[in-house]
Amino acid sequence: MALTNETIKQRLIEKFGDQVGAFEEPYEMLTFEAPKDWNLKVLNFLYDDEELRFQFLTDLTAVHYPAYIGRELAVVYHLHNLVDNIRIRFKVFTDIKQPDVYTATGLYASANWQEREAYDFYGVNFVGHPNLIRIQNVDDMDYFPQRKEFPLEDQTRIDKDDEMFGRGGNMDFGNVPTPDHRHTIPESEKQ
Amino acid sequence: MATTTQQNTLTEGSLATGTTKLNLGPTHPATHGVFQNILELDGERIVSTEQTIGYIHRAFEKIAERRPLYQITPLTDRLNYCSSPINNMGWHMTCEKLLGITNPKRVDYLRVIIMELARIADHLICNSVIGVDAGAFTGFLYIMQYRELIYEIWEEVCGSRLTTNIGRIGGFERDFNDIAFTKLEKFLKEYPAVLKEFENLFTRNRIFMERTIGAGPISGERALNYGFTGPNLRAAGVDYDVRVHSPYCSYQDFDFEIPVGNTGDSYDRFLVRNQEMWQSLRIIEQAYKKVQDMKGEEATVFHADVPEYYLPDKKDVYTKMEALIYHFKIVMGETDIPPGEVYHSVEGGNGELGFYLISDGGRTPYRLHFRRPCFIYYQAYEELVKGGMLSDAIIVMSSLNLIAGEMDG
Amino acid sequence: MARPVAYNVNEKPLVQDISMASMPEGYQGEGFFATSLGKVVGLARKNSIWPLPFATSCCGIEFMATMASHYDLARFGAERLGFSPRQCDLLMVMGTVAKKMAPVVKQVYLQMAEPRWVIAVGACACSGGIFDTYSVLQGIDQVVPVDVYVPGCPPRPEAIIDGVIRIQDLIGKESLRRRNNDHYKKMLESYGIQ
Repeated sequence: MALTNETIKQRLIEKFGDQVGAFEEPYEMLTFEAPKDWNLKVLNFLYDDEELRFQFLTDLTAVHYPAYIGRELAVVYHLHNLVDNIRIRFKVFTDIKQPDVYTATGLYASANWQEREAYDFYGVNFVGHPNLIRIQNVDDMDYFPQRKEFPLEDQTRIDKDDEMFGRGGNMDFGNVPTPDHRHTIPESEKQ
Repeated sequence: MATTTQQNTLTEGSLATGTTKLNLGPTHPATHGVFQNILELDGERIVSTEQTIGYIHRAFEKIAERRPLYQITPLTDRLNYCSSPINNMGWHMTCEKLLGITNPKRVDYLRVIIMELARIADHLICNSVIGVDAGAFTGFLYIMQYRELIYEIWEEVCGSRLTTNIGRIGGFERDFNDIAFTKLEKFLKEYPAVLKEFENLFTRNRIFMERTIGAGPISGERALNYGFTGPNLRAAGVDYDVRVHSPYCSYQDFDFEIPVGNTGDSYDRFLVRNQEMWQSLRIIEQAYKKVQDMKGEEATVFHADVPEYYLPDKKDVYTKMEALIYHFKIVMGETDIPPGEVYHSVEGGNGELGFYLISDGGRTPYRLHFRRPCFIYYQAYEELVKGGMLSDAIIVMSSLNLIAGEMDG
Repeated sequence: MARPVAYNVNEKPLVQDISMASMPEGYQGEGFFATSLGKVVGLARKNSIWPLPFATSCCGIEFMATMASHYDLARFGAERLGFSPRQCDLLMVMGTVAKKMAPVVKQVYLQMAEPRWVIAVGACACSGGIFDTYSVLQGIDQVVPVDVYVPGCPPRPEAIIDGVIRIQDLIGKESLRRRNNDHYKKMLESYGIQ
């Protein structure tokens, strides 16, 4: 009997009752959500169960939704059952003021660096991670750059001509021009 | 270090406690890219390693939140830059999945030709660089000559050699002209003999075999746990290939095999990549034949009919109103993407390259995440080289085909 | 609709078979040739550059294509690629330099001995390229002085060779006292290099 999304949904609801919810199937991939304290229980169940066998962690990432107050950071796991060829997506949401999520490194060794990357970019604190330090950005960075409130560009540049880039005036996307804001390099500094 | 040099032999009960820390730093002989490994060595044996990456972190995911779908394609080029067409096509297929576009068969077959050429290019670099690291420079020089042929084919189609930005959402920007097909035929004719010669240089070469057999083995279960995909996983014995498991782009119409290794050491990885190049050649020949056998209307189409995302013909832009509006909206990036979230993956040169795209209905993605295979399997490096010798560390690093652009991204 | 491209199919005839390098000007007679020391040293240095390929990303692959047999860089004298800064003259920075990597570039530059030249290959090394982000150094000239910039993303091998030829011109015409004069010292100080 082939494993289908319906079967997976039934087994999850049987096991966890109403702790799992928000079942959707965008583009035929079953997506569901669970409270953050239950993430390891769900992952272990999906791993150990003989019918479900989701033993390959394809992807682990985080998303920032500033609009969902109380549930701003989402950790998204993509799991893959290689034998029956089914993929599912599992999300846990956590508050941004206390973004603690249990680590999945005990179960999947590939979660190690992916969680470090989610920490580096979004500040999700994975409880129990062996080495939760920054991985991609410089070590002394003190903010989490991929959150929506931070800008993309480096704010300390003085050589960009804001007028040419469509900034300046009131449409400045947060680049407030300082009083000695210069548009060109003065003669004294030209080589 | 002083303690180990004073003792000439290890007597019972005396442990050589001095280990050396060797920094295989971010700048090492050009070919690999920038990542750092601090190796702790006991004499010549490796006790532990510590990896540092991020020396080329370019914040692709954050840039993608600001760009309309087209402008993200040049970013995807720079992920695995040895085989950038595969990344481009993967991204376009993700967009097509989100937008619900199905492509005509000819587009699929042309895409397959380009992607398999990219796979050959990637594996060529990897295999010849394993040779260079083992000391054999000749293979590299001979094979780069034939990579130039692949570059010329890409240049005919899209204008660029390395970072191609090839294809559009729904197909290709222009049809493949006769010169491109002539060059493809030349490649198909000349390349098999060259690959055979390259194989002969290495596969039964005693020095190469002694350098690579046993260097960095990994078992199938550990590889799966570490999230390995691609040739590294297939060398460990697991035959998982996204082209066969979840076929995309009409791969199910082709007849090819997946080479699988035994022990997962560097020699197996080399052989798996080598065999994959032969299989890619097979696929290209079949795709080319299918394209040539198409007749009539089917043989001229090179894009799907999706005016909101594919630039209309210039002569229509100057004469028809709808074409003008679509042209304006596409170029200025003012087309709204339907909301939804989609995950699509393709078989890149290194494994499963996945694109997780969340759209909230605006003009740019809300979140775009790249599942980069290099990043995921580099974590296993410590386990692969522990207990091996320093020279094995180099061979394992190059046989894993670590591309820094994909690792940091 | 296919636009037939016609220019890379036909063989172009060579304008001249070989181009010869010319001698520096000087006074010559039976068995001797007198010229200024700077010119001779420049001629020797420029035709025997030992480059250090500091390849970080995609431009590195185009550099590999440049070193390979099709667009051979070795015919200009750059046969021996060194990876130790102590032994090299020309630092070729190819590819994006992130802010995490900037101290490494500076360290490698400091370890090189005078006379040293720097060539920034690719848009990312020249000015940050397409990556105007918080993590990418917007041009290596923020940390090291650069002699030649080669734009392109990635630049074609011919463009990289052109950049190396311009470096050769610079080397050939450089005065022997340049490294000791005040202007050069002031420039190095503006980078924080003693």
